[in-house]
Amino acid sequence: MASMIGSKVERKEDKKFLTGKGRYTADINFANQTYAYFVRSPHARAQIKSVDISKASKSKGVIKILTGEDLANDKIGGLIAGWKIVSQDGKDMKVPPHPPLAKDSVNYVGDHVAVVIAETLEQAKDAADLVNVNYKILKAVVNTSDAMKSEAIYEGIDQNLCFDFGLGDKGKAEEAFSKAEKVVSIDLVNNRLIPNAMEPRASIGDYNPSSEELTLYTTNQNPHLTRLVLSAFNGIAPEHKFRVVAPDVGGGFGSKIYPYAEDAVVAWAAKKIEKPVKWVAERTESFLSDCHGRDHITHAQLALQKDGKITGLKVETIANIGAYASLFATVTPTYLYAPLVLGLYNIPVAFCNVKAVFTNTAPVDAYRGAGRPEATYMIERLIEKAAKELGMDRAEFRVKNFINKFPHQQCLVHNIDSGDYSAHLNKALELSDYKNFEKRKSESASKGKLRGIGFSTYIEACGIAPSAVVMSIGAGVGLWESAEIRFNATGNVSVFTGAHSHGQGHDTTFAQIVSDKLGVALENIELIHGDTDKGPFGMGTYGSRSLAVGGTAIVKACDKIIDKGKKVAAKMLEAKPEEIDFKSGEFVVKNSNKKKTIGEIAFACYLPGQYGEIKSPLPEGVEPGLKETAFYDPINFSFPAGTHICEVEVDPNTGETKVVTYTAVDDFGTVINPMIVEGQVHGGVVQGIGQALYENAHYDKSGQLTTASYMDYAMPRADNFPEFKIAYTSTPATSNPLGVKGCGEAGAIAAPPAVINAVVDAINTEISMPATSEKVWDALQNKKSNREAA
Amino acid sequence: MQEVRLEVNGKRISKDVPDQTLLSELLRDILNLTGTHIGCDTSQCGACVVHVDGKSVKSCTVLAADINDSKITTIEGLSQNGKLHPMQEAFKKHHGLQCGFCTPGMVMSAIDLLKNKKNPSDQEIRDWLEGNICRCTGYQNIVAAVKEAANKS
Amino acid sequence: MKNFSYHTAKNIKEATKLASSKTAYLAGGMTTLPAIKLRMAAYSDLIDIKKIKDLTGIKVSGKTLKIGATTKHADVASSKEVKKSIASLSSLADGIGDPQVRNRGTIGGSIANNDPSADYPAACLALNANIHTSSRKIESSKFFKGMFETALKSGELIQSVEFQIPEKSCYVKFPNPASRYAIVGVYVAKFKSEVNVAVTGAKSYVFRCEEIEKILSKNFSESSLNSLNLKTSGLNADIHASADYRAHLILTLAKKAVASCK
Repeated sequence: MASMIGSKVERKEDKKFLTGKGRYTADINFANQTYAYFVRSPHARAQIKSVDISKASKSKGVIKILTGEDLANDKIGGLIAGWKIVSQDGKDMKVPPHPPLAKDSVNYVGDHVAVVIAETLEQAKDAADLVNVNYKILKAVVNTSDAMKSEAIYEGIDQNLCFDFGLGDKGKAEEAFSKAEKVVSIDLVNNRLIPNAMEPRASIGDYNPSSEELTLYTTNQNPHLTRLVLSAFNGIAPEHKFRVVAPDVGGGFGSKIYPYAEDAVVAWAAKKIEKPVKWVAERTESFLSDCHGRDHITHAQLALQKDGKITGLKVETIANIGAYASLFATVTPTYLYAPLVLGLYNIPVAFCNVKAVFTNTAPVDAYRGAGRPEATYMIERLIEKAAKELGMDRAEFRVKNFINKFPHQQCLVHNIDSGDYSAHLNKALELSDYKNFEKRKSESASKGKLRGIGFSTYIEACGIAPSAVVMSIGAGVGLWESAEIRFNATGNVSVFTGAHSHGQGHDTTFAQIVSDKLGVALENIELIHGDTDKGPFGMGTYGSRSLAVGGTAIVKACDKIIDKGKKVAAKMLEAKPEEIDFKSGEFVVKNSNKKKTIGEIAFACYLPGQYGEIKSPLPEGVEPGLKETAFYDPINFSFPAGTHICEVEVDPNTGETKVVTYTAVDDFGTVINPMIVEGQVHGGVVQGIGQALYENAHYDKSGQLTTASYMDYAMPRADNFPEFKIAYTSTPATSNPLGVKGCGEAGAIAAPPAVINAVVDAINTEISMPATSEKVWDALQNKKSNREAA
Repeated sequence: MQEVRLEVNGKRISKDVPDQTLLSELLRDILNLTGTHIGCDTSQCGACVVHVDGKSVKSCTVLAADINDSKITTIEGLSQNGKLHPMQEAFKKHHGLQCGFCTPGMVMSAIDLLKNKKNPSDQEIRDWLEGNICRCTGYQNIVAAVKEAANKS
Repeated sequence: MKNFSYHTAKNIKEATKLASSKTAYLAGGMTTLPAIKLRMAAYSDLIDIKKIKDLTGIKVSGKTLKIGATTKHADVASSKEVKKSIASLSSLADGIGDPQVRNRGTIGGSIANNDPSADYPAACLALNANIHTSSRKIESSKFFKGMFETALKSGELIQSVEFQIPEKSCYVKFPNPASRYAIVGVYVAKFKSEVNVAVTGAKSYVFRCEEIEKILSKNFSESSLNSLNLKTSGLNADIHASADYRAHLILTLAKKAVASCK
């Protein structure tokens, strides 16, 4: 059997999706189900003086209306921040309470005030219109840069400051800057984004009064953790009486890693009324209440020698985390951001300060890349600016400062195990035909267009991560992963993983690993995930971790199967276990042709004895059955890296900017399924270009989200892009047996600086994201008037 | 109530539905054809695209009563006797889908394109798919799939 | 969606008889249905006018092109008569919304709705259209009255739109990257005795830009507009574009339209 690793295998899951047989949460219905509709705050910040449901309760079809007071009476806990950050002064971060239904105050437009449960959705909506909430409107804090100067939103949280985090050696960094021959600085805004998975969030609670079991069907990337949090912190139901099912999920991008208020409320309500309760978000609700991403303001400085060698880095960032501290809100701008500000450069000293602030906007949490795109945008914009100011070629400048010996202990946190940064840079230079760029630039000029080229050489830390490490820096849970390989008696295999696939193609990639390890045909392997009642506890899918961590757990479970198989085969083949080799699905006695297939071994394990034709006695002390579980805790992060090169053309008459070519060369270590990996790169790059040129979540001064539909929030569409050029280099990871590094976030991390560097190159003046037509036109006008004035 | 008579995926149906019932609601909630998805409220995302008398429309913005006596094809009606439609086949081959949520609308829209234009260029494919938003694939493999389906038909 | 009663009218008389201030006519439904869905509008009854035969079709007679109110954008875009008589109108229709919107949306619906960034109103103004309704003929210069506001009286139904065929014309749209509606759209039409320049997307409703018309009437060339600076007063300023940028776009698109006039 040929190796499955590295094969372009068509996806096992495609047929159901292509024939309309996918089963997403909104597709699930129960005979006696009721419909939930949330009464949401129309104000960014207000006190709730009273909630009057008397009129609404009498509305047709209403079964129940629940408010924050009911929630408090039932002692349902608040949503939690899952990662404790300690400020520079040694004090713990400050977080406000986050009840799933607000009782005393609302803190962003879309905040949850009450839920109406009715026989039909229209009835629930009609009644929701009649819920009379008496608000005392307060002045909203909206702006990231003004948050610390504004009135405190919460009592006891001065300056709206969640934490003031520092990483690195401040003194040494200052010293490097005092000795620097050249200092380059940059001021950046990392624009707020709205994840916009195409499947809007949905939850259905279903309570079984006889078994007292509660089931929550939800659009989630992480069902076990969701159950744990809803159980342990919200007190919805004890874990052993609580099942969370995340069926087919239509994209997540980070926005579905954790339970939301709606999950808690719908599950609680279903138990309360003993009827299934279904809630499906309308797109506008998604815009208002899905967690947003990014939203940083950064000032960064690079210390250099005249010859272009980097000697130090200082970064100051304000991260807007919105109205409440969502589950991963505090780790995203700290440990997922600050260690990565070094990029893939050998920077001897650095200091990064991050102040996280509360504002009256939707909570901000992990969004594809989570912290790493912000770090990469900062360092790659700064690097390009430094190269320009030093008059050096930007490729040469990068090579001069690349880390080139591995393993490399960075000055902040990470110990990078492997990489070859010049390799992907050189390949990208070649693929993008960098040497002929000037020719293309003059061709564009002859059409009246400005052409620019931009680079991004990025690194990310994926495969999060060693539990001991993450828990020592505040993580509320360990970040291992589980797998279970269950051979059935007839030789086919059920594989359970704690990771969750919502587009990543695990059903195929993970099956390829099992097929490769155990020599079982792909069609005889079924991957099962997304149901807390089925597989072992797992930690879900995010941070490009599924393959590096979850895939490794599968490898470990396969190894256990092989070990047991060897013992059984030895008995059956009358040899010693150490004399058995396992290869391509067969247990073979060394230097002989005596062998048993893994199917025969599985059969023997389930029929351990002699009965007619069956002769499969198990060795003494070996349990019947063939099922192995493995929990894998990684020894290190993995470090994908790569070079992306973007070329843009700007129409100076309108400012319209188009990406004309885009080249991505990535080092993901070992690639299991190149077709799937390529798809991940395409998708990530489009989200990254989306951030750079089109997407922006905008709140007005009063805290109203003015981009709350596809009419106003610019989603990237097919006609926005050229065909991308994709290639790989490979230095396998040493931290896991597969050598894989993770590929899901790379595009979203690498693309924004590549695009903006290209725009800046084209128009020769600074620009912020998204570089909309008007902004580019404006920048060109300002440049012109400055020139005229000079 | 309105009596709605339609041929859905080759099968004649007749249902009494409230006047305000959208085609998408008829398909999903009454006929249990949940392959047609709802991704927005403003007729922009295209997850709900189906064919009405052979032309692609957004089923979330069409009243069921309005299309009485029409022939409807949904994603569930494309494959025949277990054999995938060439467009479905091409999406599979070229990895034109990831999470699968936009896929039904995308496939239905792409099939309509090939009815209008036999051999579209990359740009024509991208332009046509303006009304279908995908957040996963970056569109590149969708374009490749549509090209392949065009070449094969 | 909120309850309403659905009716199919067989003829204009039946349609107008059913109409009241609480009803709406339903053609493509591309705006009406989302508005009801989002609870931004509510009606007691929707009167479907698509079965009325007289309301659909495309006809060229002498100097005019007449398009029935329920003619779909896709049919206008693909019509040989339209391509031959006013090619710019064909490409305008081909650029409205997306293919699915074009398969349902109608010219009458677009005009009756008078969205500030819709395309067809600009065509009406630029091409001196007459709007034929169930009770009268309205010149387009008197038809568009304000944001989402027209001269139509309660129950009055658009039957057709009659465009004057110009010597040459061109419509250029600068779309909003989110909605794909026009941030600014400029329709330039040159007739024997006049030049019309209609602008959509830039104010609360479609208008003719007299400053540009004046110059182009004397000298129909791109370069004649080079020294013009448009005032920004009255122009829309929102998250998608400032008034300054819109003013600049009007001029830029007008030049492009003049250069591409066919």
